Amino acid sequence: MYSAIVFLPLIGCLIAGFFGRFIGARGSEIVTCSLMVLAAILSWVVLIDVGLNDGGGRVEILRWISSGDLDVSWSLRVDTLTAVMLVVVNTVSSLVHIYSIGYMHDDPHRQRFFAYLSLFTFSMLMLVTSDNFLQLFFGWEGVGLASYLLIGFWYQKPSANAAAIKAFVVNRIGDFGFALGIFAVFFVFGTIDFDTVFAKAPEQVGKTIEFLGYQIDVITLICLLLFMGAMGKSAQFLLHTWLPDAMEGPTPVSALIHAATMVTAGVFMVARLSPLFEFSPTALIVVTAIGATTAFFAATVGLVQNDIKRVIAYSTCSQLGYMFVALGVGAYSVGIFHLFTHAFFKALLFLGSGSVIHAMSDEQDIRHMGGLRKLIPFTWAMMLIGTLALTGFPFTAGFYSKDAIVEAAFAAHSGIGMYAFYATVIAAFMTSFYSWRLMFLTFHGKSRAKQDVLDHVHESPWVMLIPLVLLAVGSIVAGFLFKAYFVGDAYQSFWRTSLFTGTGNTILEDLHHVPKLVVFMPTIMMVAGFLVACLMYIWVPVLPLLMSRMFKPIYLFFLNKWYFDELYDWVFVRPAKWLGRFLWKIGDGRIIDGLGPDGVTARVIDVTNRVVRLQSGYVYHYAFAMLIGVALLVTYFMFATGGVQ
Amino acid sequence: MTTDWPILFAITFLPLIGAVFILFIPNDDEIAAQNARRVALWTTVITFFVSLIIWIEFDYNTSAFQFVEERSWLGGTINYRMGVDGISMPFIILTTFLMPVCILASWQSITTRVREYMIAFLVLETLMIGVFCALDLVLFYLFFEGGLIPMFLIIGVWGGQRRVYASFKFFLYTLLGSVLMLLAIMAMFWNAGTTDITTLLTHKFPVEMQTWLWLAFFASFAVKMPMWPVHTWLPDAHVEAPTAGSVILAAILLKMGGYGFLRFSIPMFPVASADFANLVFLLSVVAIIYTSLVALAQEDIKKLIAYSSVAHMGFVTMGIFTLTTQGVEGGIFQMLSHGIVSAALFLCVGVIYDRMHTRNIDAYGGLVNRMPIYAFCFMVFTMANVGLPGTSGFVGEFLALLAAFKVNTWVATLATTGVILSAAYALWLYRRVIFGQLEKPNLAAIKDMNFREVAFMAPLVVLTILFGIYPSILLDVMAVSVNNLLTNYQAALAEAGQLPALAAR
Repeated sequence: MYSAIVFLPLIGCLIAGFFGRFIGARGSEIVTCSLMVLAAILSWVVLIDVGLNDGGGRVEILRWISSGDLDVSWSLRVDTLTAVMLVVVNTVSSLVHIYSIGYMHDDPHRQRFFAYLSLFTFSMLMLVTSDNFLQLFFGWEGVGLASYLLIGFWYQKPSANAAAIKAFVVNRIGDFGFALGIFAVFFVFGTIDFDTVFAKAPEQVGKTIEFLGYQIDVITLICLLLFMGAMGKSAQFLLHTWLPDAMEGPTPVSALIHAATMVTAGVFMVARLSPLFEFSPTALIVVTAIGATTAFFAATVGLVQNDIKRVIAYSTCSQLGYMFVALGVGAYSVGIFHLFTHAFFKALLFLGSGSVIHAMSDEQDIRHMGGLRKLIPFTWAMMLIGTLALTGFPFTAGFYSKDAIVEAAFAAHSGIGMYAFYATVIAAFMTSFYSWRLMFLTFHGKSRAKQDVLDHVHESPWVMLIPLVLLAVGSIVAGFLFKAYFVGDAYQSFWRTSLFTGTGNTILEDLHHVPKLVVFMPTIMMVAGFLVACLMYIWVPVLPLLMSRMFKPIYLFFLNKWYFDELYDWVFVRPAKWLGRFLWKIGDGRIIDGLGPDGVTARVIDVTNRVVRLQSGYVYHYAFAMLIGVALLVTYFMFATGGVQ
Repeated sequence: MTTDWPILFAITFLPLIGAVFILFIPNDDEIAAQNARRVALWTTVITFFVSLIIWIEFDYNTSAFQFVEERSWLGGTINYRMGVDGISMPFIILTTFLMPVCILASWQSITTRVREYMIAFLVLETLMIGVFCALDLVLFYLFFEGGLIPMFLIIGVWGGQRRVYASFKFFLYTLLGSVLMLLAIMAMFWNAGTTDITTLLTHKFPVEMQTWLWLAFFASFAVKMPMWPVHTWLPDAHVEAPTAGSVILAAILLKMGGYGFLRFSIPMFPVASADFANLVFLLSVVAIIYTSLVALAQEDIKKLIAYSSVAHMGFVTMGIFTLTTQGVEGGIFQMLSHGIVSAALFLCVGVIYDRMHTRNIDAYGGLVNRMPIYAFCFMVFTMANVGLPGTSGFVGEFLALLAAFKVNTWVATLATTGVILSAAYALWLYRRVIFGQLEKPNLAAIKDMNFREVAFMAPLVVLTILFGIYPSILLDVMAVSVNNLLTNYQAALAEAGQLPALAAR
């Protein structure tokens, strides 16, 4: 069954990809969607089996690389953590597949689109079922490829191509660290299988390793290198720049890859590697710091964006930061809980915004929207549910998971924990503000759209709305249905050994005993954000303009995403291009060739030219030369023999 | 294992028989050209199938040379000796596999002097197979240097506009190395009294002498590889060579350097190899970063791929000189994988060059609109070039870097930056050629790959992915031989009083 879950999407991908022209667009849609739905149903079965009935296990498929004492196989490992991810990935993926039938209806390349979607799902499943670091890396890069292909799906658009490359290359920077991490794991443990490495991890505590001339704690080094990969894939601060640009891809892609699943791979990775991270307090501090900073930073940028998808993209970035905060303070299941609930409401928001874009004839700028509530009430209702869940409205999914993170950060009782606490609380306020700003600008007030666009506004077809309904249901119930398993009493029986917590890590217990004010803090922030948004966009609509003028530098700073793109362009992209040219023209051309072959030939030609000039053809020239020669020889012999005597 | 008939002799000289046939084709008209093509194709295909027998009959459990043949030649000291082991066998198969592909790729693009062209290729095949089979130093040298001549002619006669410059540069560089190697071979003969490679492998050269011999061989192999800074002949040679010439150059001729390190430098001069490992690391790392950056700036498709080849060969030399199992196997695997992938990339360039007669990146754009099959193939090879897991390009790179980390973290870290840079230049190339709107008017009628082109591209696609998913096919072949190589190396170091720096894992 495990193999079926993982390989059904691959089969779908191959059929749609290679036989798409024979079975047609409709055929491809039916094949990929039905296989996906089947896989999704099976994964729920697996979750129940593994989580409640102690199932799970490992399936060996094929030898992969064996060289010396390195022996890696293709294999599937299913435990609770994997089962949760299987459910998230396959559920969202199958809904996105179905939704895409409607959304991509007019696209001539639907076969290719569905093949890519299924390819992505397959890679993601390989990632979450991996039993060793290398297969994790395979899935990791595989989803990167699928993401690259899907961001650049509309290949006629230069912006889409640029965004696709950017996504791949920035992810590669993360993977650079990931790869080094794997090398270090092999160097230290002599294997890259999870079970063996985890079992041996306690032995390595306190040992150091030489890396680039420094003596570094073994586990800390490994964790930090691997975390670099997580930062790239999960678009964390410093390596986040690709995610907003990735919105160039079709909206269902943004929902699936850049909100619900792929970007959470980093979170999954840290949770999976909890038996390593638990032994490195330093690495956990870094995880918390990066997570908290991202949560705050992305929220500030989200405040002022005008593209409906970019607002949600920054929101995703920020929410991923929350998840890392939870991981960093040792509350792994809380991070995964937020991953789980976030998948539902963020996919809902993206698909909902896709429905808006669809209705508005591909308009994405919220400044050109407004008043859509009456025209597309169903979409509005769905977006409302998504927004409530995201902002943590009581009893929705986000309420449980996000509050648990904020409480956990506080309960850590450490310096970095408090930093994370404040960052996430402020971010909660901003989250509420930008979410409601988005809602108000899009659906409320007077419409600012052109009349001909408005004339064509229509509710989306049922094939797009049904997935929205299902996701909306998930956004409401996923929190209280699963709370007990993720953070409550059923924790131990549900997770068993798939998440590791060191002795002395009592964060899950502690977070239930924080002051009441801390418990209510996120809710207060949510209400505050809502009120400020109301004030600025409903009650006093001139206020935003005034404020953007008054705080112009800050406004521009946020609007331009803290100038990260510009900074990286100046620091990395331009120098690399310049250096490439320099090494080519000067290094290769002038120096190596100039001193090497070209120089040699030039000298040879010089010499021959001079020799040629000597050959003047006049006999007396030659005779004269000969005379000099003879004279020199005679002189030499005279002196040489004279010397001996 | 021995068979009762000289199979290595057969596959080495079969192409030559084909060449003789072509020589006797009368006239020089279109029919003769067509016949020459057919004869060449059949010869190479038959050679390929015959060569598969070696693989089928190959004994995976021994590191000794197999299928050994011996005839006396040149007065008894210098003999005709042939044989293969787990290191050389895959290269022979790679050679025989790529030859029919090359002939097919030249089917329409070569229209002048077709007979001579085909003869040159068949002679080249004989010489290349000979290099990997030879078990006598002088025989090896003959094949090794003889290969230069047909290649020189292929570039010089059927090349592009600056073909003369390119072929002379090619010749100058390689000649420099060869002269030194010849001197070293003579020195080895006077010291050991034989040119038999199997004997030389157990002969202990004096430590002082090893240094000089190692350097002399290094000069030759480094140029072939090519390693920085003696790489500048490669981009020019590639750019000017006809497509099939580039394919052979990248896929086979470059591999002779790496093969030479494994066959001669390491087993015969182990102490010197250990001493010079750091030099090789330095040059490899410089090559990876330097040429990747240069590739980023290229405007010519072939030049870009040529520079990326140099970078990929950097991983090979780095891997080999870690002198660990993963490193050496990674290096060999990377060579084989690069043999397929770079060959395929040059073929991809050839496909569009045949249509548009330009290699300028700016002349293309939006090809996916008219050439979806082509775009798919090119994507697979681009990803393999980038080293995506699941393609053959990943396995070798990964193993080599894994081994490097064990030896020196600086080397591993710096070399790993290559994975970022390779993604940048490869994807950027792909975008500029394949993606975008089809705006250029002369591209409007460009046709997708025809049946002939699909026929030689499809096997390469399949192999690229197959070796990525199940690399054991190749790794198992080389495992015992590599293990033997490293065991002997460690033993030799121990004997020479140098404790092995690292146990062979």
